[in-house]
Amino acid sequence: MATVTVQRPKLSLAEKLFLPGVLKGLAITLGHALRMLRGQKKVTMQYPEERWDANLPEHYRGAPALVTDEHGRERCVSCQLCEFICPPRAITIVPEEIPGDDQWAKVEKQPKAFEIDMIRCIYCGMCEEVCPEQAIFLRKDYAITGTLP
Amino acid sequence: MPAPETATAEAAEEEKPAVEMVDVQIDGAWHQVPKGTRMIEAVRMARGDGSTVPHYCYHPKLTSPGNCRMCLVQMGMPPRPAPGAQAAAPDADGHLPISWMPRPVIACANTVAPNMGIRTDGELVEEVRQGVMEFLLINHPLDCPICDQAGECSLQEFSVEYGKGSSRFREAKVKKPKNVDVGPRIRLDDERCIMCSRCIRFSREIADEDVLGFVDRGSRTVLATYPGKELAHNYSLNTVDLCPVGALTSNDFRFRQRVWFLKETESVCTGCGRGCNIQVEAREGEVLRLTPRENNDVNSSWMCDHGRMTYHELHVADRLTDHMIKEGGRHQVARRGEAVRYAAALLKVFKPGEVAIVASGRMTNEELYLTRKLAAVLEAKLVDIIPREAEADDYLFAADQNPNTQGARLLLCGRSKPGNKLAKIRKGIAAGEIKAVLSLGEELTDERVGLAAEDLAGLSFLLHLGTVMGVTAEAAQVLFAGSFPMEKRGSMINVTGRLQRLGGGGIAPGACADDWEVLRDLIAELGGGNGIYLLEELFSEMAREVSKLKGLSLGKIGSQGMHLIDSKECVPLLRKEAERRASGLIP
Amino acid sequence: MDLGLIISSAVKIIGFVFLMLMPMIAYIIWVERRFLAIIQDRIGPNRVGIPWTNVGLFGLGQPIADGLKSFLKEDFTPGHVNKFYYVIAPALVMVPALLTCAVLPFGRDLVLPFLDEPIRLVIADLDIGPIWIFAIASLGVYGIVLAGWASNSKYPFLGGVRATSQMISYEISLGLSIIPVLLLFQHLNLNDIVRYQSEHGWLLLPMWGDGWSVQRWLYLIPAGVAFIIFVVSMFAETNRTPFDLPECETELVAGYHTEYGSMKFAMFFMGEYAAMIIGSGLAVTLFLGGWSLPFGLDALVLGVFSDTWFSWVPALLSTGIFFLKIVCFMLFFIWVRGTLPRFRYDQLMKLGWIIFFEAALANIFIAAGILMFA
Repeated sequence: MATVTVQRPKLSLAEKLFLPGVLKGLAITLGHALRMLRGQKKVTMQYPEERWDANLPEHYRGAPALVTDEHGRERCVSCQLCEFICPPRAITIVPEEIPGDDQWAKVEKQPKAFEIDMIRCIYCGMCEEVCPEQAIFLRKDYAITGTLP
Repeated sequence: MPAPETATAEAAEEEKPAVEMVDVQIDGAWHQVPKGTRMIEAVRMARGDGSTVPHYCYHPKLTSPGNCRMCLVQMGMPPRPAPGAQAAAPDADGHLPISWMPRPVIACANTVAPNMGIRTDGELVEEVRQGVMEFLLINHPLDCPICDQAGECSLQEFSVEYGKGSSRFREAKVKKPKNVDVGPRIRLDDERCIMCSRCIRFSREIADEDVLGFVDRGSRTVLATYPGKELAHNYSLNTVDLCPVGALTSNDFRFRQRVWFLKETESVCTGCGRGCNIQVEAREGEVLRLTPRENNDVNSSWMCDHGRMTYHELHVADRLTDHMIKEGGRHQVARRGEAVRYAAALLKVFKPGEVAIVASGRMTNEELYLTRKLAAVLEAKLVDIIPREAEADDYLFAADQNPNTQGARLLLCGRSKPGNKLAKIRKGIAAGEIKAVLSLGEELTDERVGLAAEDLAGLSFLLHLGTVMGVTAEAAQVLFAGSFPMEKRGSMINVTGRLQRLGGGGIAPGACADDWEVLRDLIAELGGGNGIYLLEELFSEMAREVSKLKGLSLGKIGSQGMHLIDSKECVPLLRKEAERRASGLIP
Repeated sequence: MDLGLIISSAVKIIGFVFLMLMPMIAYIIWVERRFLAIIQDRIGPNRVGIPWTNVGLFGLGQPIADGLKSFLKEDFTPGHVNKFYYVIAPALVMVPALLTCAVLPFGRDLVLPFLDEPIRLVIADLDIGPIWIFAIASLGVYGIVLAGWASNSKYPFLGGVRATSQMISYEISLGLSIIPVLLLFQHLNLNDIVRYQSEHGWLLLPMWGDGWSVQRWLYLIPAGVAFIIFVVSMFAETNRTPFDLPECETELVAGYHTEYGSMKFAMFFMGEYAAMIIGSGLAVTLFLGGWSLPFGLDALVLGVFSDTWFSWVPALLSTGIFFLKIVCFMLFFIWVRGTLPRFRYDQLMKLGWIIFFEAALANIFIAAGILMFA
């Protein structure tokens, strides 16, 4: 292995003493605390009472879902690009050939099984980005946990 | 019948006059290449990394019609002096200046000449490649998402390098037949075809079944089979490998898995004794296809359809997945250690000569070697394999259907011909002299052994190491679930006496063990010593004990194998290839 | 031993340890979470209030819920631990921490109208206050070492080793740093030290009584240095950020208490916070006048209430002031935690042995010099 010698920066006396840095840090954190105390900054949303529904941002990424086209056919042709790109490997596709007597036989290929392991999914949206058929989209819903029926 | 392969090679080397080398300038640097080399091969030699000029129709084992025009390069020669003028003086290295031709030439069909210059890049070459790509893509459908070739498609690769981002073609694309059955194992999509004619040439030149051809003219040209014929010969799936695009696809692999998920493991085909070099392509241990791997001493670049389909043996319905012990007439699942101890305890009671072993020609050398040691520990005299014969063809398919008969001869059978002792075993069982039988990877009710279920029931002890449930497995007191050759590593010796490696690739289901580990454990339990934990160690031990293998290790065999035994076999396909090469049809 | 002493001691122990210190530990944890949250622009636990209602009470119910959770959780003991030491380790952390508070004076002498003698608001009025604290507090390291060792697992072991060397190293500078203080007061009785400060100005605020002297103002130099060394060593002794290397979660999961759960873990947690509170109390007592009011206001208050039925008021007021000072000090602890990243172990050791040890030593001579010549 190649050894890389890292040049450490030269520290001035004040930096070596740490104290000015420490004081500066304390000032910054105190500033944040005071701003919060005065209510000038509001980041956290009180979830069950306050909800995002009204102003869900455009870029919000929820659970991925397959979509159908205007004829009601599932758009996915099981090219498996999403399976390939998926960072946590949440997608498993079993492709199959569309039988010759089907009205969509000319499409040739469809998924026999398309499984998204939602425990693995990290909602990164790579599948949506990579899909050449625009068959998979990330939905806008965020409350997707549930209880067993 | 010619002498074995390497012998001819050695003889040829002695007789052949030194090949005349010529100086060729390739991309600015001077190289020495043998005279008569095609430019495309000269470039490959010069680059040294296996890559060469982009091409579709050219294949080193086929003739070069030069019809794809992708391999265009710029060529130059020393200027011919005008009459009376002084020829240009060579430089310090003796090279003459090169004057470049204004138009490109194809690299696949032209041979090198002294002082030739080749440019594989530059404005002109890039431009013609872009032009060729644009023409090829005019009618090519944009169905990569469903095309099985995607990921290993030359057209895709070169589109990335030389294609345009958009199409300038405003007219309607030509519609051609899609999803055509051209043979029992192959589907044709004519729209994807780029008319490289590799499949046609393969069928004509190598498989000697001229069933494919182009019909119609111009942009309506389609690939078609001869009326009333189909692409059905035993080497037809090689055309799928050859097809640079997704025009020809294998029914077997069609839509099964994208190629980029496949993990390729170098191995050897066990469909017959030829031992064609293959790649086992699997995803997460599930073998999905076998493809040939180039080895010019065994299978050139091809393999037969029969061999390609051998991986389906992994999908048998009644695969053994657990080791079992028969207690009270019923098989109970047991751990390997338990089953080994149980078997050894039962085996110890038999006197020398009461035990017979039926091994298999489908076992690896390592397993055969352990079988011999096991036989020695048990003092079993009757040890044999089941020979399998079939009619050989004139290409690769060998008469010997066991992939490792040579290994069995070397390591297990000694002087006796494989299969000679089977009759004795049968008689011994009938007479009650043989009380225990170890069946290693074979079905004893096979007609070549000739035992019936009643004979097996009459034995005091029957051990079966196998992969599939059958009559023998049913009758066995101890049953070990083993692996198929595609799931194990090891070495085998093919019919021409070449020692080659199996690389595994598949992952055996359930509790299935590597066969050699079961044998090792049995020997250790019977008191025959141990100390082997890795296959490599086992091979090294075998190399110490067997004189033919002296000094070898599993690593030394290499991915291409090595010649070990002189057998009288030769490879008809290689002979034909040599003839074609001699006649100048191929480089 | 007379009955009065026993009763008053029992009342003091229950009152100080169980009615003041323990709830303080619980609520300091809540304060820490809220304060860290606002430092980080968050809100913090604000929901646990009155059960089955939506009344949040700023999350004041959180410590109770946490305590309940710790009690109700399965008391799981891993199979690979050394059981005896594993079980006593949390107690060995908790007990010394609580023992040390015996000598902390938490208020002025309580004068009750119906009693002849005033009651000293300190559990044990020892004349060796600081020494007792250091002697007992240093036992706390055994709990941590034993926890790390008895867990029989790698991360706790490393955490235990780190904690040991860290605590031993910083005990030296901690002990040396307060010698200038003791030199000035010439007492080891913490109550007397506080009383002196109440009358003659705090060590770090000599602005009344005898405080207006050149000597005392010159003495601010060694006192300030001692204060800095004491506070920083305090951080290291209590394994607080930026010196929380024994339990730094990025390297050691949770350090020495990785294998602990439920109430056993809570004991470590409480022990740590108790140590912090005691440490703050000691710092307040030595440097910031303990329970006394600044600027000689004590005398004023005393004058107002003495010889009345309300003669107990000054004592109660001083207890409140003492705890107020401790809370301010704790807020400083939390503030630092919210600000500074963790140091490297070599930096920690270098600071302790090369800088603080020498500085504390030199500081003693400076202080002695000032006392001799000024």
